[in-house]
Amino acid sequence: MTIHTDHASTAADSAADPCAARERLWDAVREGDEYAASEAVFAALDAGTEPEAVLLDVIAPVQRKVGTEWAADRITVAQEHAATAINDRIIAALAHRVRGAARPGAGAGRVTVACVDGEWHALPARLLAEVLSLRGWQVDFLGAQVPVPHLIAHLHRTGPCAVALSSSIPTRLPTAHAAITACQAAGTPVLAGGAAFGPDGRYARLLGADAWAPDARAAADRLGGEAPLLPGPRSAHHPVDDLPHLADQEYTMISRTAPRLVGETMAGLEERFPAMREYTERQRQHTAEDIAHIVDFLSTALYVDDEELFTGFITWTAQILTARKVPAHSLRPALDLLAGRLKDFPRATRLLEQAHRALGACTAPAPAPTSDTTGHGKPE
Amino acid sequence: MTISEDSSARPRGTGTGAAWDDAPCAVVAVDPSGVVVGANTVATGLLPQAVPGARLEEAVPHWLADAHRRLTASPSPLSGPGEPPGGEAGGRILRAHPARGGNGVVVWWLLDDTELRLAEDALRGERERTAFLAEVSETLSGTLNVERCMEATVRLAVRHLADAAVLIAPAAGRRLPVTYSAPDGPVHGTVEADPETVPGLSEALQGFPPAPSRWIDPALLPDWVVPPRFDGPAGSVVVTPLPGHGVPAGALVLLRRTGHTAFSRSEEIFARLFAARAGAALSAARLYAEQAAITETLMRELFPPKLRRVHGVEFAGGYRASELKEWVGGDFYDLHPAAGPDEESLIVLGDVCGKGLEAAVLTGKIRNTLHALLPMADDHPRMLGLLNGALVSSHHTRFATLVLASAARVENHIRLRLTSAGHPPPLIVRADGKVEEADTRGSLIGVLPRIRARTATVELAPGETCLLYTDGITEARGGPLGGEMFGERRLKDALGECAAMPAEAVVERVQMLAGQWVAGRSHDDMAVVAITAPRTVHLSAVDGHTRGRYTA
Repeated sequence: MTIHTDHASTAADSAADPCAARERLWDAVREGDEYAASEAVFAALDAGTEPEAVLLDVIAPVQRKVGTEWAADRITVAQEHAATAINDRIIAALAHRVRGAARPGAGAGRVTVACVDGEWHALPARLLAEVLSLRGWQVDFLGAQVPVPHLIAHLHRTGPCAVALSSSIPTRLPTAHAAITACQAAGTPVLAGGAAFGPDGRYARLLGADAWAPDARAAADRLGGEAPLLPGPRSAHHPVDDLPHLADQEYTMISRTAPRLVGETMAGLEERFPAMREYTERQRQHTAEDIAHIVDFLSTALYVDDEELFTGFITWTAQILTARKVPAHSLRPALDLLAGRLKDFPRATRLLEQAHRALGACTAPAPAPTSDTTGHGKPE
Repeated sequence: MTISEDSSARPRGTGTGAAWDDAPCAVVAVDPSGVVVGANTVATGLLPQAVPGARLEEAVPHWLADAHRRLTASPSPLSGPGEPPGGEAGGRILRAHPARGGNGVVVWWLLDDTELRLAEDALRGERERTAFLAEVSETLSGTLNVERCMEATVRLAVRHLADAAVLIAPAAGRRLPVTYSAPDGPVHGTVEADPETVPGLSEALQGFPPAPSRWIDPALLPDWVVPPRFDGPAGSVVVTPLPGHGVPAGALVLLRRTGHTAFSRSEEIFARLFAARAGAALSAARLYAEQAAITETLMRELFPPKLRRVHGVEFAGGYRASELKEWVGGDFYDLHPAAGPDEESLIVLGDVCGKGLEAAVLTGKIRNTLHALLPMADDHPRMLGLLNGALVSSHHTRFATLVLASAARVENHIRLRLTSAGHPPPLIVRADGKVEEADTRGSLIGVLPRIRARTATVELAPGETCLLYTDGITEARGGPLGGEMFGERRLKDALGECAAMPAEAVVERVQMLAGQWVAGRSHDDMAVVAITAPRTVHLSAVDGHTRGRYTA
């Protein structure tokens, strides 16, 4: 987000400028001021900004900023949720106002937009749904966390030409894979989008999605593009065919025994750091959740067989912890203990070693793996 | 094949009396100048011109003459690696193996490969068909959507059977739904046409009695059956009924251009096999669509309603059924919005014992009864008593717990009347993050003839929230260590961070934490409703109609 400080410009000028509108909207949602937020957005519309540009160049960047500001510990979880709720309401109001302005019949048909089960971030998908509506598509927006059976029943009932599947949390990738395969088996091609699929869409390709788009505009372009999205011929296709490395069962074993692994790692940490025994219930809970997250990302990295997914998560967590004044080297003992437990799993062992190395120079021995109570390394 | 060098392979120059004269395959001997010097009986049968003295290139098909030229041009090996030359002669398929006789004579042994080739061709054809039928089954069994199924049928038909295909479904009213093949993929349409105009079509569309495939004269084909942009004219047309099981599934019209060979007997049989699969898939899809429509109609009343802001009170709700495949369950909520700003809206959230559709049916009954009792909403215990009476006297053996909440805005506060009937008391999130339990207790509904209940009155200041929830949230098992209950304490801790959040955000937060807690494990139905006093002084800042107005 660029900072725009041209106070001399007239109100209409600044309203038409996406930068200025973004800034106004950001200030409003951070304060939880729904009225000011809607004023900012509607002023931009009134000043002649296209509704699609309002969605994608004003609201979408502000929503992204909500995420980065939370990660940097500059806003609270409550502010994050409130800002998201306000953006959501504004999108609804905007959709209501511009309905009818959509190009009639311009779209190619019907399309389903849904989030993977377990995915709570509905806003990116919502933005895409509204952009597609503006472009004349008949859109069924199924919202956050759609169970695969619901999605498939919907496809059978409505027969859309494509499903746009959104996921931002990488640990949802195995579920996303199940959803992609099921949609394709039902004869519907899948366009995957969202941060979970990697900045270059590599996991979308790996999991066999028919297309990938880096953002809502690209997704709408792809769906409305020259080449229609068609289900590829995938004869006798089984999800495991995409991922032959799953044959080693490491993912299955580790994801199935995750709670026990977390418990054993907790016990190991307490043995190493007797101070942990003095933790409050809440501190223990947060530590357990942090470890559960590490295990979750580890097993996801095993699922997609990609070391970057795990090292990326570990270094990101280190940054989050640092932002919250928790020493990042508290991660190392947890990785060590997991490595001890998972000696018999060569791929997991390799991932843990790489993560260890990626944590880099912070070699000072940890006093105790603390986990504060205001927030912890958890992507929400 | 080896040939002994001395006598047997040596031509005598006459074509008779050679040892290979009676060989079971054709043998032709050629001298270095390219003149035939011998041919056995089988050879003369196949190649009547190949008599001694004839020039080879004039006496045999060019593939053999070419092979001979190549052979004599290269000095050493008789036959290179790779396939021996082969081709057609005298109606048979031959493979030629050369052997050297004396004096530079080459002896061609021509083995008859006809039967093998035919068998190989037949095998290849069968393999292709099997692969195609497997693809057909897989593609068609994937979708239960009628239009997609029709598209897939047409797409597969043009890929393997014909130049163009048209699928005509049984009439919906006066119009016939039709799917045409087209260069960019199938297109749908409906036409008002009389099926009688296409011979065999109306029988096929009736589905009974079973009708055979019909060849029809392409000239008789009405325009509406010809696919758009078909670069005809059609040379052959066949109308194949799609057998539906108990219901007519439609008819498939296959067209081939003039110039393309007409349908062979085996292709026609094959088209029937294809039609049988397509018909079965289409009738399954039609049956599913009917059932889905019935279910949707019956369930419409059971779905939790979409909550919204009513006269300055924010309502938001979230629901997740216990089973992934279920849409509804034993938890429910319902909103009866106030008629005017000075009146109360009534919201109810409850939990019928049991899960799934059976429990959902009882939730529908409770919701209906409460709707009828709405005029008594100013007296919650009385309302609950009447509801209890209705449930006790019904044939249902299930019972329910629920919370009634009446909410009205008084200046910038919200006044709430809350009554629990055997249900966990609502939680109040104060502006400072303190979380309180509403002081209401009551007996559950549908068991005893008389019930007791106590109503609590609560005021919400701007930014404060009252949360109604079912025990599916607090009793959710999971967590990082597995098997632990989410519990009231965690719920209260989570709510402590929800001060000043909009209602939707509170619901989303609670649902998210409970969802992450169970993390894909099985759980009970979960329902949450938040009633929130808007934090800003603006009323209905964004309701889609107005740009917002001030109330204070």
